[in-house]
Amino acid sequence: MSINATLIGQMITFALLVWFTMKYIWPPLFDSLEERKKKIADGLAAAEKGQEQIVLAEKKAIIVLKEAKDRSAEIVSLAQKRANEIVEESKENAKHEGARLILSAKAQIDQEIQQAKDGLRQEVTSLALAAAQQILGAEIDKAKHQDILNKVSNQLG
Amino acid sequence: MSTEAHAAQGATGYIIHHLTSLSVGEGFWRLNLDTLFFSVVLGAIFVWFFKRAADKATSGVPGLVQNFAELLIEFVDGQVKDTFHGKSQLIAPLALTIFCWVFLFNLMDLFPVDILPGIAGLMGVEYLRVVPSTDLNATFAMSISVFCLIIFYSIKVKGPIGFAKELMFQPFGPWLTPFNLLLKLVEEIAKPISLALRLFGNLYAGELIFILIALLPWYIQPLLSFPWAIFHILIITLQAFIFMVLTIVYLSMAHEDH
Repeated sequence: MSINATLIGQMITFALLVWFTMKYIWPPLFDSLEERKKKIADGLAAAEKGQEQIVLAEKKAIIVLKEAKDRSAEIVSLAQKRANEIVEESKENAKHEGARLILSAKAQIDQEIQQAKDGLRQEVTSLALAAAQQILGAEIDKAKHQDILNKVSNQLG
Repeated sequence: MSTEAHAAQGATGYIIHHLTSLSVGEGFWRLNLDTLFFSVVLGAIFVWFFKRAADKATSGVPGLVQNFAELLIEFVDGQVKDTFHGKSQLIAPLALTIFCWVFLFNLMDLFPVDILPGIAGLMGVEYLRVVPSTDLNATFAMSISVFCLIIFYSIKVKGPIGFAKELMFQPFGPWLTPFNLLLKLVEEIAKPISLALRLFGNLYAGELIFILIALLPWYIQPLLSFPWAIFHILIITLQAFIFMVLTIVYLSMAHEDH
């Protein structure tokens, strides 16, 4: 029961055990614990952030959706407006075109009338000339009296 | 088992046989081989188990071994953080070693008292005391080591002069220096002695009761040894815990500058 040299042996064993624990056992285990703590904390923080981001994204989606709706309504109304415009424009164009066609037809008619008149005038002139020749005989030279003939034909036009 | 021999020596002989160490040498240089052997083996088990956990330590999902090691580490770390507010590389590993080693010492108490000495007897070893903490040498070895650390840290933190001042001028001021010194010395020396004797006393008494129960007729033994063993599970853990916590408290006191 007495104290003896076993004490010294036990103290050496104890010192070795403590040294070994301090050097090789405590640090790696403790570090892994700390690291895991950090990982978990990070994970939780990330999850929380994710939740926040979901809420934000939802808000953003609502805003975007609303914008898109507004935008499409705008586009539809613009398109309607544009369609009306096109209809109006084509109406106008058609009117113009019609008027133009009428005008050109009129002009053609006028031209044709003119041509017919010119033809008739020529014929009347030559008829008158022939008649005059008949009347006056060879007295009247066509080249000499061109002026007079022109005047007459102008009066006829 | 040498039942005839026990019968020849009677109950006293049986008890004395169980509480005698296997030792060599004479006088102070006597070595209790059983204490040394079991404490080294138990220390090796402790180191082996934790080294295995430490080698495989990962911050990912821990395995079973690592989980258990971490449980103990966190428990010890919590105790250290509760009491000790400085920074020290030593105290937490020291506390872990003390807790586990003492617990394993005490755990040997739960082996039926005749098994290991019986086996040893068959191999020709006459005496074998299996519980190292029933040997004063084992408990004092730890408490004296802790005491050395207390003195070392007292001097390191407060300086030789500061420590001397604390010994002389506290708690009653410089006018009562001799009285203070006496009081402080008793206080300091009481620390290792109480640490060692508390553990030794508890385990020695526990082992003695197991031996006494083993002396009773076989049909009564389970009725008594079973509850006592269950109660002892509490005792051995508690004693290991107390030794650890008091070590932390003493060392943090050594670190505190008044």
